[in-house]
Amino acid sequence: MGYKAKFRVWRGEGGEGRLEDFTVEVNEGEVVLDVIHRLQATQAPDLAVRWNCKAGKCGSCSMEINGKPRLGCMTRMSTFEESETITVTPLRTFPVIKDLVTDVSFNYQKAREIPSFTPPADVKPGEYRMQQVDVERSQEFRKCIECFMCQNVCHVIRDHEENKPNFAGPRYLMRIAELDMHPYDVADRKESAQEEHGLGYCNITKCCTEVCPEHIKITDNALIPMKERVVDRKYDPLVWLGSKIFKRQR
Amino acid sequence: MERHEYDVVVIGAGGAGLRAAIEARQQGKRTAIVCKSLFGKAHTVMAEGGAAAAMGNVNSSDNWMVHFRDTMRGGKFLNNWRMAELHAKEAPDRVWELEAWGALFDRTKDGKISQRNFGGHEYPRLAHVGDRTGLELIRTLQQRVVALQQEDEKLHGDPEAYIKVFAECTVTRLLKDGDAISGAFGYWRETGDFIVFDAPAVVLATGGIGKSYVVTSNSWEYTGDGHALALLAGARLINMEFIQFHPTGMVWPPSVRGILVTESVRGDGGVLRNSEGRRFMFDYIPDVFKDKYATTEEEADRWYDDQANNRRPPELLPRDEVARAINAEVKAGRGSPQGGVFLDVSTRLPAAEITRRLPSMHHQFKELADVDITKEPMQVGPTCHYVMGGVEVDADTGAASVPGLFAAGEVSGGMHGSNRLGGNSLSDLLVFGRRAGAGAAAYVDGLAKRPAVTGLDEAQTEALAPLERSGGENPYEVHHELQRTMNDLVGIIRKSEEISEALQVIEKLKERAKNTASSGSRIYNPGWHLAIDLRNMLLVSECVAKAALLREESRGGHTRDDYPGMSAEWRRRLLVCSAKPDGTSITVEEDVQPSMRGDLISLFERSELEKYLTEEELAEYDAAVKES
Amino acid sequence: MTQTTAESAARKQRAQIRVRTLRTDRWWLAPAFTFAGLLLFLIYGFWAIFDGSYFVDPYIAPFSSPCLATSCPEGARLFGLAPFGDWYTLPPGILILGLPGGFRLTCYYYRKAYYRSFWLSPPACAVAEPHGKYTGETRLPLILQNIHRYFFYFAIIIGLILTYDAVLALVHKPAGLGSWILLVNAALILCYTFGCHSCRHITAGRLNHFSRHPLRYKAWTLVSKLNARHQQFAWASLFSVMIADLYVRLVAKGVINFPFA
Repeated sequence: MGYKAKFRVWRGEGGEGRLEDFTVEVNEGEVVLDVIHRLQATQAPDLAVRWNCKAGKCGSCSMEINGKPRLGCMTRMSTFEESETITVTPLRTFPVIKDLVTDVSFNYQKAREIPSFTPPADVKPGEYRMQQVDVERSQEFRKCIECFMCQNVCHVIRDHEENKPNFAGPRYLMRIAELDMHPYDVADRKESAQEEHGLGYCNITKCCTEVCPEHIKITDNALIPMKERVVDRKYDPLVWLGSKIFKRQR
Repeated sequence: MERHEYDVVVIGAGGAGLRAAIEARQQGKRTAIVCKSLFGKAHTVMAEGGAAAAMGNVNSSDNWMVHFRDTMRGGKFLNNWRMAELHAKEAPDRVWELEAWGALFDRTKDGKISQRNFGGHEYPRLAHVGDRTGLELIRTLQQRVVALQQEDEKLHGDPEAYIKVFAECTVTRLLKDGDAISGAFGYWRETGDFIVFDAPAVVLATGGIGKSYVVTSNSWEYTGDGHALALLAGARLINMEFIQFHPTGMVWPPSVRGILVTESVRGDGGVLRNSEGRRFMFDYIPDVFKDKYATTEEEADRWYDDQANNRRPPELLPRDEVARAINAEVKAGRGSPQGGVFLDVSTRLPAAEITRRLPSMHHQFKELADVDITKEPMQVGPTCHYVMGGVEVDADTGAASVPGLFAAGEVSGGMHGSNRLGGNSLSDLLVFGRRAGAGAAAYVDGLAKRPAVTGLDEAQTEALAPLERSGGENPYEVHHELQRTMNDLVGIIRKSEEISEALQVIEKLKERAKNTASSGSRIYNPGWHLAIDLRNMLLVSECVAKAALLREESRGGHTRDDYPGMSAEWRRRLLVCSAKPDGTSITVEEDVQPSMRGDLISLFERSELEKYLTEEELAEYDAAVKES
Repeated sequence: MTQTTAESAARKQRAQIRVRTLRTDRWWLAPAFTFAGLLLFLIYGFWAIFDGSYFVDPYIAPFSSPCLATSCPEGARLFGLAPFGDWYTLPPGILILGLPGGFRLTCYYYRKAYYRSFWLSPPACAVAEPHGKYTGETRLPLILQNIHRYFFYFAIIIGLILTYDAVLALVHKPAGLGSWILLVNAALILCYTFGCHSCRHITAGRLNHFSRHPLRYKAWTLVSKLNARHQQFAWASLFSVMIADLYVRLVAKGVINFPFA
């Protein structure tokens, strides 16, 4: 049943820190977050970690476990060898506050830059009529629990801090796609997706999809369809010509 | 010390807090939202089933009166009837409003918001998105806040001019000027620095108290902060003895024990069986519900397809009934291997249908327990889920007895009586969140001058104390013992001696809590944070235990082994908890439950009311019926 | 949220972990295989273009179809036509390979594959890329990836021609192994082509009201099913076209000469 596991956990305030070694008890059925909590309760009471629901629904306990972005509460200890040393570090793309807690304000900043849902002025609450098939695509994106692991893993900003001002990141490009596909949204989001929010930086290498704990097909269902919508507007000469002629006729 | 001036400070950023803040901002008030976690992580995301609102989209016979009746019935007539009335009437508008803010609910064939069945609701009533409705709600409100900030940026050049979120910030004291609220004192979790809000109105929306129990569906935030802050500020808590144990929490593996298994599993066809394979819920239909529930498996199964001509399966009885039944089965030795009972949907629905209707349950069991719910049954057992009790408020404005203090959502009391119906929580948040926000805004408008902040030094000393002691108690251990005590002694089934024992333990823990020490710095120090939260959990636990000891009957979320029956006399009594400002001497006193308005009580049949009311009250009822 | 507390410089820093990745699995395996697979295809393709034995009645090697030059044998020509005159003496494959090549080069899946395995941008998730600067597909030349849908239109034509070739071979030689190889190849190529992200967009992806366009929605759901396996079809068709092409050439060269070849 129980065994002693070897853990290496990043400790430190701000960016300066080091990996600290711990030996800690593990019981059957536990997840990495349980072990971190045991460390808090027994060996390191001030070890900082964010968590809330412990059921993979809130997206608070994002961390990097053996180098991979994971939710601590959804990473079962049984996926590791008992002899393995498990390395736990904070999300790399964001500044560290302390230990495993990072400053994720970048994401909230980006959230505020995406224009909100814009319904037509003449539809009153209670009058919305939408078919299930029309909302399903956007519903998939709304499963997002904002764990920010896609933002963290995306090499556009993970490896290039300088791109942060020009790139909204997968989560918020997906938010643009969600609104652009919304049956009642009237705002035009295609031009700004490319020009202001950096959709063009995405080279569809799909790491966002790989790490998504909600298994949202971010790349295939949000980013690429959004890129295609941008092509309609900006890069497809035929569509452009067609719309010009069509407009003139009207 | 960092200081901010606001008109309204909302503590808590769950559904109720955000809805209150949105309302206050829409009424032109400068509003702060203070929350312990990151913005958008509140416990509301855990709500799965849906938001109950009598829109009548699926069954057009539904209306606010039916919803009102269901709510009162579910709460065993202990509800604040005015709240239940407002809730039933306003819930549809609040849900529709979400849609205009971008929420995407599941749809009916004619394009309206789809509604699902749930325990205790006569008609399909819960607006939902798969089984992640809470997430949709919180995200929509969060995005509404962002929309308002974008508006403010256009108008004033500063997105945070009128509504600002103070995330990862914990309030430890409400500040007062004489009798009235004048602000709030807290600390940044990130830095440990203190922060003071100057504000004439504070809206509490801090949720529940589940972290006082070991087996709970609640997150770490649910330490009863709002309950305790209100107590310390001189407000009254009512109905604290009523705690809802959700019948179906996970029981294995141990680390996820208590995590919720949504009621929609049962609403969509899941059945409960004991180790002998028997659908035992048929044995536990109480007399008050006898004519509303199916008595044979055949009738129960027909109901899923034809609800008009069949009675509903007993798996959909109100939560307290189901939780007690499971508890009894396990005690009788007919439980599952890991100490729960079996909840099976795999033999009832095709696999594809299960993954479509219950995606996050499928995901949760697969990832956490390695159980494929499309192939095998789940093991479930009761888990501490919701506290019906809370701050006594005025139904229309959410105002507490302390001027300037408001409360909404789980932290407020009365709406749900002795037991909350599933789905009534999300609609409660929206209806009373809005009302509390509006109430606070109106209160601020009516003030002649802003109150002054006092009591900062005391608040600061109190907060720093655990850091300044060394070699004291480990706060984690004190917390753990409190959880064990409440779980074992003031849990789902209660006895006089056990509750008294719990009160003695709480007395000792209070002493030990005063002696807790936290090592490390003030920067993001969870040990320190817990030491501070302990005060709140102990205060609230004492209220719960004292009220539970007094109420000598069994009703809803309060079951006394030594008083198993429901008493019409006790229905008329509210137990009110109050404390001295220093947190010593918690007292619980009886108060009278006001009688229902004539037109509302006339909505019920006399035969039903006879089960709940005294002769005297029935005479009032007869008079009311005659009048109308 | 933006907070108004005073912040020291160290507190605005990422964790100073001085290794490229802390991953302990064999993350380099997938990009290595991708690199090898794509390289093999490039080498084979280069050889095949200049290989003259692309036709043996009734088979035509896919890398050289449609054959549009006068230098093509009569039976190899598409509908017997040779729109390019006598002046064109280079291998016929060069005339058309740009189209399927361009389709695959700008394909959303292959972009991922070669960005990762050739350009290491990034080599694998959570493994740092070796480049100092990154602009993605925001400027020339990579902004040209956006013309993918035009390659898709041509790819449909090529796919249909390959299907026509296969059906023709099957009619003439129903018992020939080559006919069946060509048919399987054509099927895989069509699955790959119609599972294209641009195709998905064109069928109905660009619409916001599926319910108002039931036929297009139906098409979209079909394309979406193929699209979910786009990666698998990309590799399957890559190898099938190589195998089919090589098979035809080996038959043409007489290397393979059993009765039902």
